[in-house]
Amino acid sequence: MTKDDRLDAILAAHAGREGALLPILHDVQAEFGCVPADCYQPIADALRLSRAEVAGVVSFYHDFRDAPAGRHVIKLCRAEACQSMGGAEMIARLERALGMKLGETKGDVTLEAVYCLGLCACAPAAMVDDRLVGRASSERIEALVAEVSA
Amino acid sequence: MKVWVPCDAASVACGADEVAAAIASAAGLRGESVEIIRNGTRGMIWLEPLVEIERDGLRHGFGPMAPEDVPALFEGDEHPKALGPVEDIPFFAQQTRLTFARCGRTDPLSLADYEAGEGWQGLRRALDLGAEKTVEEVTASGLRGRGGAGFPTGIKWKTVAGAEAAQKYIVCNADEGDSGSFADRMLMEGDPFCLIEGMAIAGLAVGATKGFIYIRSEYPHAIRTMGAAIRAAREAGIIGDSLMGQGPRFDLEVRVGAGAYICGEETSLLNSLEGKRGMVRAKPPLPALEGAFGMPTVVNNVLSLAAVPWILTHGGAAYAEFGLGRSRGTIPIQIAGNVRHGGLFETGFGVSLGTLINEIGGGTASGRPFKAVQVGGPLGAYHGPDDFDLPVCYEAFAEQGGLVGHAGFVVHDDSADMLALARYAMEFCAIESCGKCTPCRIGAVRGMETLDRVAAGDPAAIELLHELCEVMEKGSLCAMGGFTPYPVRSAIRLFPKEFSRAQEAAE
Repeated sequence: MTKDDRLDAILAAHAGREGALLPILHDVQAEFGCVPADCYQPIADALRLSRAEVAGVVSFYHDFRDAPAGRHVIKLCRAEACQSMGGAEMIARLERALGMKLGETKGDVTLEAVYCLGLCACAPAAMVDDRLVGRASSERIEALVAEVSA
Repeated sequence: MKVWVPCDAASVACGADEVAAAIASAAGLRGESVEIIRNGTRGMIWLEPLVEIERDGLRHGFGPMAPEDVPALFEGDEHPKALGPVEDIPFFAQQTRLTFARCGRTDPLSLADYEAGEGWQGLRRALDLGAEKTVEEVTASGLRGRGGAGFPTGIKWKTVAGAEAAQKYIVCNADEGDSGSFADRMLMEGDPFCLIEGMAIAGLAVGATKGFIYIRSEYPHAIRTMGAAIRAAREAGIIGDSLMGQGPRFDLEVRVGAGAYICGEETSLLNSLEGKRGMVRAKPPLPALEGAFGMPTVVNNVLSLAAVPWILTHGGAAYAEFGLGRSRGTIPIQIAGNVRHGGLFETGFGVSLGTLINEIGGGTASGRPFKAVQVGGPLGAYHGPDDFDLPVCYEAFAEQGGLVGHAGFVVHDDSADMLALARYAMEFCAIESCGKCTPCRIGAVRGMETLDRVAAGDPAAIELLHELCEVMEKGSLCAMGGFTPYPVRSAIRLFPKEFSRAQEAAE
């Protein structure tokens, strides 16, 4: 299937759905790794919106990317419960160990902040791809990063 | 042998899947037949992964378990991680579990387990009572919105019930973004049919035929479990074309957020649900009259809706017997952060803050002295030991310039840097503001800058910060900008020295 066909299939799957834009954008991102700007117009046409409206929604939400992330995404929680258990120090150590800052991609790995994973009673918390980590430490996250990128 | 290993995200994050695999393989090696049930969590998160084994009809707990602790489970000797009968553990035994009665006991997706634990009885009673009497029952319970605002649920339902429209909606706010809160997630992963039943009752009561559960994308486990539960309830004929084959139509759909904290605000959530930017709407019109897609809509938090099946089963009056003052019923308190016994503790309103932190929570996890607790998420105030007599209820916290919110309690020990935490409050508001109103959009950025000036020792900065906080509090459209000053001002009030240190050093 070409890229256009894949987008058309997503749009067809949501035809007639109430408030379909967010579900469509999630599917587009799952398919392409991001929401490419050249998808805005076809999505807008399908939902009878303007291209600007679609662009505005994409840019509003933190989840939607304009370029694909690294093959592995490490999310580190910055919120208060994790801070109370040394989360900020853990993030600083990891940034030094991996030689990158939150929000950066280096090679296969993207490092990102997340604001609460609901793991506040087993803080600090992180997510390595789709794997949740409670009672996290920089050593444990580093080991997991090494494991998934091997 | 019957063994329970929780499937809750917190348990899994602490290694529950590895423990379950170790139990299966150890049993295989020994040729023992073991039935492993993946239950929800009991909420004693410091004991997770908490394995339970049935002996003489009682479920005995072992935790926190690691794979290397598993072989000893099969040997007769006393296990080093043995906790005794799990429901005798004081943290559990002291609770009044109404909303979370089944959570941790059952397989979350087993309709048989749900039915056996009073499941669908509330919905059956609502079908017998009819719409009007169902609303009356909820009103009599005194239930108030558990998402944080504390608005009486019965009044909201009555408004929607009285509105004339071709289509009405029930929208469940499961955009649980507050740090320190995880009760919504725990319920959706541990007892999803309870939320379905609550929403079905709401639909019946107000004449809505469609419900949406808006779940934040940071909760992939909850999204999967809710989706599977909805399919199972539909296949069993409980929801769908007719509620339990005798009532009106009611169907449900999960919608996934996209990483915007502001979408926990109800009007922003509705815009997001409609496929728009999650911008806050001015009220009026109330969502009860013009909500989702412009139609009358009940927007309730997960915990409000999940309290409803118990209320219908046992009666509103029975629920109202619990609580304190105008805060009726039970509140699922989430104790989190730097605390020894972190987890979910459901109890009647009225327990004191000191009891909660020192006795139930067991003090700090680090063993260092307690410093402050932030109550109600990133928009909630910090409280120090002087507030230990404060009872947990909406009015008492409001009088102290704080809020109970969604009842997340984040404990900090004496190593906490209050200036950094105050700055974080402003930074978080700057990151998550929807941008619609100026006090929030610009104020949060100016707040960060002003706190940086405080940190650099600028003597004029504190007064400016107080003025800024006042503008944000009085001028913002919603709680995001309106309450961000709470943690900032309370931190300054409790720990003034931490905000004048740099200035003194400069002088």
